[in-house]
Amino acid sequence: MDISLLLTSTLTLAGGIPLTLLLTFASLLAGLVLAVPLAFMRASSCKWLSLPVLAYTYVLRGTPLLVQLFIIYYGLGQISAIRSSVLWVLLRDPFWCCLLAFSLNGAAYTTEIFRGGIQAVSNGMIEAAQAVGMSPLQIKRRIIFPIAFRSVLPSYANEVISLVKATSLASTVTLLEITGLSRKLVSETFAPYEIFIAAGVLYLGLTFLLTGFFHLLETRLNGAPRAEARPHRVDLQQVAHE
Amino acid sequence: MPGAPKVQQIPMHGIRAERIEKRLGGNDVLRGMDIDVRPGEILSILGSSGSGKSTLLRCLNLLTIPDRGDIWIHGEKLAIRAASQHGGPAAILDQRQVRKARASVGMVFQSFNLWPHKTALENVTEGPVLIKGLRRNAAADLGHHYLAKVGLSGKADSYPHHLSGGQQQRVAIARALAMEPRVLLFDEPTSALDPELVGEVLRVMAALAGEGRTMVIVTHEMAFAREVSTRAAFMHRGLIEEESPPRQFFFSPVSSRLRGFLASHR
Ligand SMILES: Nc1ncnc2c1ncn2[C@@H]1O[C@H](COP(=O)(O)OP(=O)(O)OP(=O)(O)O)[C@@H](O)[C@H]1O
Ligand SMILES: [Mg+2]
Repeated sequence: MDISLLLTSTLTLAGGIPLTLLLTFASLLAGLVLAVPLAFMRASSCKWLSLPVLAYTYVLRGTPLLVQLFIIYYGLGQISAIRSSVLWVLLRDPFWCCLLAFSLNGAAYTTEIFRGGIQAVSNGMIEAAQAVGMSPLQIKRRIIFPIAFRSVLPSYANEVISLVKATSLASTVTLLEITGLSRKLVSETFAPYEIFIAAGVLYLGLTFLLTGFFHLLETRLNGAPRAEARPHRVDLQQVAHE
Repeated sequence: MPGAPKVQQIPMHGIRAERIEKRLGGNDVLRGMDIDVRPGEILSILGSSGSGKSTLLRCLNLLTIPDRGDIWIHGEKLAIRAASQHGGPAAILDQRQVRKARASVGMVFQSFNLWPHKTALENVTEGPVLIKGLRRNAAADLGHHYLAKVGLSGKADSYPHHLSGGQQQRVAIARALAMEPRVLLFDEPTSALDPELVGEVLRVMAALAGEGRTMVIVTHEMAFAREVSTRAAFMHRGLIEEESPPRQFFFSPVSSRLRGFLASHR
């Protein structure tokens, strides 16, 4: 292995980091904005709300992200109604196609993660909020969501990290993020070994930073425990004395 | 008994419920209960497990919607649609009215139900900020005031999981008080506590009783009910079996069931 080539290509590929991060965070944000209301619908006991969302998450989680990306990138252009609409300005651009695919896909996973958290919020927390006179929206915003978010933070962090890695699929539709740049560089230098290792190192670095960030966030929010208070705790000392 | 309408005046304060019926999981949990809580009254509700005490209390602020019956909170009748004969559930007709009523009726739960992601102070100020629109500063002052009142001045910034059960329950009481409710409902507030922590909660409650507050207390603490209440009621299978001032209730009960109950709780 050529160490100096590894180092120089790491530097070159670092030029792809901004695009990788932009794709990650933009689709993360869009996915989150979509997922929060969807998760509440999915957790709802009303079938008319939960079933359509289930259908959505089932389809998007049951098909490969690459296939979804290809459908959007190659498929939508076939529809003349879309080609002639204003949407086409965005959809003929691979960046926006990626963003759309990653957001919709990420939203599906995030929805299911949050649904679990929402349903795990104990009834007592909600009743205490009702008892002071909070409205359903206030209860969702101030009680259910914050408790649910804390409890699913580790799973959500995993989802974010998968998303970082999934952005490498953008290279298949010509985007020059980290992986796209690597492929370009490989085709110029014919040194796939060093270059893809360099790419791997960069992704690893990003993952490392994100893991650290979520770890920090967790301890930051950790005034509040993940599991709720347990009033029925048995006092071991007392038992031992009896 | 169900069916016989009363022509008494509806008091402007306190709570009245008439002919409350509730069916849960195939059981007739409340079978046409009447209850009347007047301002300044401290009503203790006793009864064996499953007699419907919690369900009754929850009906009073509509955490559980009664199938039938009327509820007045501070003289205002709550708009509820009764359950239909064909199993259609009962429903709240006016959500705003019910929210307003709930804000004026404090509730303290057996399992405290503090919000785990908020500090003691935030648990107390959440209601005043969201419901009454208090500014942060004013709410914090209010919160500190009520935390001091339950003897927890030093714990404002603690999260619930760092507090003992007794402390958590006192925060829950401060949370209810901070809404400055006109009636307080307690559902077995000490039943989840280790025995050595019961006293601190009962002391806080006794102090509240001493202020002339209106309280409804479901409890198994006989001595406390005897000392503190102005009236005691014994529930049996969804109805009030006997109701009297504490002296009579505890020392010369009429119903044989109440006598048995008291004997078994000596
Ligand atoms: N949500 C529910 N679904 C089905 N049955 C219920 C429900 N809630 C209460 N019940 C039943 O209703 C009856 C009365 O319950 P409730 O909790 O009001 O009794 P309680 O007097 O408070 O008893 P305890 O002293 O054990 O707290 C019990 O038999 C209980 O099993
Ligand atoms: Mg009960």
